[in-house]
Amino acid sequence: MGDVRNGIATRAGAMLLAPVGWLANVFDAPLRMLQRRTGSNGMAVFFLAPNMLVFGIFVLFPLVINILYSMTGGGALFLGDRTFVGADQYGRLFSCGSYLDPKSCTEDLFWIAVWNTLTFVVLQVAMMVAVALVTALVLNRELRARSFWRAVFFFPVLLSPVVVGLIWRWILQRQGLLNLMVFEAGGTPVNWLVERNWAFAATIMVSVWAHVGFYALILLAGLQAIPKDLYEAAEMDGTRPMRVFWRITLPLLAPNLLVVLVLTLIRAVQIFDEVYVLTGGGPGTSTLFLTQYIYEVGFASLLRNPGLASAASILMGAVLVVLTLIQLGIARRNEQRGKTR
Amino acid sequence: MRMNTIILGLSAGLLSSTAFAGDVRVMWYSDGVEGEVIQDLLNRFMKDNPGINVILDNVAYKVVQEQLPVELEAGRGPDIARVTNIKELADHWLDLTPVVADPAYWQTNFGDQFDWMRPDGSKIIPGFMTQITLTGGFVNKTLFEQAGVPIPADTATWDEWIDAAGKVQQSQQLNAAFAIDRSGHRISAPNISYGANYIGGDRLPAPIDAGTKAFAEKLVNWVADGRMNKEIWVSASGTTYRAGADDFINGQIAYYYSGSWQVANLASKIGKNFDWVATGSPCGPAACTGMPGGAALVAIKYTKNASEVGKVMDFLGREDIVREFTERTLFLPAHKGVLAGKIDYKTDDENVKASLEAFLKASGKIAPNAAALPAWKWGTPVYGALVTRISQVMAGEMKLDEAFVRIDEDIKAKVAEASK
Repeated sequence: MGDVRNGIATRAGAMLLAPVGWLANVFDAPLRMLQRRTGSNGMAVFFLAPNMLVFGIFVLFPLVINILYSMTGGGALFLGDRTFVGADQYGRLFSCGSYLDPKSCTEDLFWIAVWNTLTFVVLQVAMMVAVALVTALVLNRELRARSFWRAVFFFPVLLSPVVVGLIWRWILQRQGLLNLMVFEAGGTPVNWLVERNWAFAATIMVSVWAHVGFYALILLAGLQAIPKDLYEAAEMDGTRPMRVFWRITLPLLAPNLLVVLVLTLIRAVQIFDEVYVLTGGGPGTSTLFLTQYIYEVGFASLLRNPGLASAASILMGAVLVVLTLIQLGIARRNEQRGKTR
Repeated sequence: MRMNTIILGLSAGLLSSTAFAGDVRVMWYSDGVEGEVIQDLLNRFMKDNPGINVILDNVAYKVVQEQLPVELEAGRGPDIARVTNIKELADHWLDLTPVVADPAYWQTNFGDQFDWMRPDGSKIIPGFMTQITLTGGFVNKTLFEQAGVPIPADTATWDEWIDAAGKVQQSQQLNAAFAIDRSGHRISAPNISYGANYIGGDRLPAPIDAGTKAFAEKLVNWVADGRMNKEIWVSASGTTYRAGADDFINGQIAYYYSGSWQVANLASKIGKNFDWVATGSPCGPAACTGMPGGAALVAIKYTKNASEVGKVMDFLGREDIVREFTERTLFLPAHKGVLAGKIDYKTDDENVKASLEAFLKASGKIAPNAAALPAWKWGTPVYGALVTRISQVMAGEMKLDEAFVRIDEDIKAKVAEASK
């Protein structure tokens, strides 16, 4: 019976691979000829070209256009119709008495957004990494219905950010579910989305809730890749659980943690959609983040300023590049340390 | 033969999804039932004009506000659109003069609002207003009655209105006494009633004056003392629009300042839950004015089917069609002939009839400073700066004096940028 099954599987595999083999034969001769003419380096260029073309069209070209826009003024859409203003837009953004005091800046809303974003990044990244780590550690244990619990934590990742924002808005608004529960419990309802600190805390909590499943999954994969014999050896030595965590789990999970840190950091700087739906940047400007500022200046207001929005987005992009390079630097250093040990 | 069949099939597929000469594409947004009414009217038009296929794209208001301007800048877009930012985009409207049957008819019946829709100094026929709107207040009569508080008279001031609503709030233990939509346009009516004038001698924005400052101070104080619903203005940043209609519909406020376009919305959602009525605009020391405005149906100059567009516009601008549209949508019309005749609004709701009467009556009290704003191209930056900064003051982020300085700076920066 097993032989019959294997035979069927082999034949099915051969049938599926047949077109691939046929294609390989068709391209074999011309590719060999190309390799003879261009050499190995030429072939590398040939195979990379389609990817580079797509990257150039969809990433590099818009980036260059964005830089050019940031050096123009006026409300016209097309670059050709816009007035060249050099670094004026950057000058406007950086025109400040003190960068620590947005009120002293010409473009005060930009600096409010910068400081809000920085605060958000510090708090949200710390909370996201911590919650993702704890979640991954719990989900890695021998739990009953473990797959179910993994799905539960991952489910919010599948939701659209707009849906996330709306769900939490319904929960947190003045007459929302949370206040109903507070009232039923005999407490005084709080205007969660109108009080500055509560609204800011809500943006952090909601974004952690929405994305923690994804990061927990990365860490879970890292935890499962740690050799079991290390834990067995530690158990035989009678090592305390906390020491096992600090000496085995955490060091071996470091590469995954770094990936989570970089991704969380980048995502936190770019935060927009769910917060825009949840608080609209309010109360006042207390949850106005950089991407919303750029969106409002460049698109939402009726008298748009694409030049100023582009300049702000270039600055935000530069910050992201620096953050990523720092993280990569740390990763490389850790890798080299690991090799020398 | 087989290849020919495939090509034929592909061609048929393409034909079904491509616009052709004779097609007229209309971008339309709805506040109430007007999308259904206009589709009905257009179906009738197509029956009488089988050579013209009118495609109605019902879109969200945000699409008209944010995507249409980009399409227009790119020299594209629909053939006809229903818009509210009619002055800012005026360079993109088609002159209907050569394509409508009787330009004099258009001039006579819609001419009063043409300057709202065309560039300064231009004499084109750009389209017509599908509705005239007027800002004004709505009162929850049932709450006032339950509280035993008399509804203020037509000549009552803003202070008297808010005091009365405040008494209802206390008596009925409401979260707030009243709400005003989060919109610079909305607070411009009371600003003007307090003596504000936005237009400077050179037609550029004037620095904000004592009228605007006086009403802004009142607004901030009403939020601070809990009479104005804080959420509407404080729970967003920038120029984000927030309406207070839901709080009024849910009976959580006694008084709501919005505008005539809410009548159909309130009627359908409130139903028989409570009695309500429109009350015009409260008075200030200078006037008792509302802000006029509205939505226009304009032809886009990038159309490739101008003559078909002319026929559609001629049909929709006909007196009997405007009358039917007005009566079924419960809008205030712009057509002079329709206004001169009797309008038989298709509703049994006494609240609606009384409200529309009130708005028609209030339209006779529009102050000249308010009447001038729809045709003024710098209204938008003024409205945007007002709403952004005053809500920051309400949130406790800055003082009123700082906000006034910022408002002037914001407006100046926008005007300078747009003039480059």
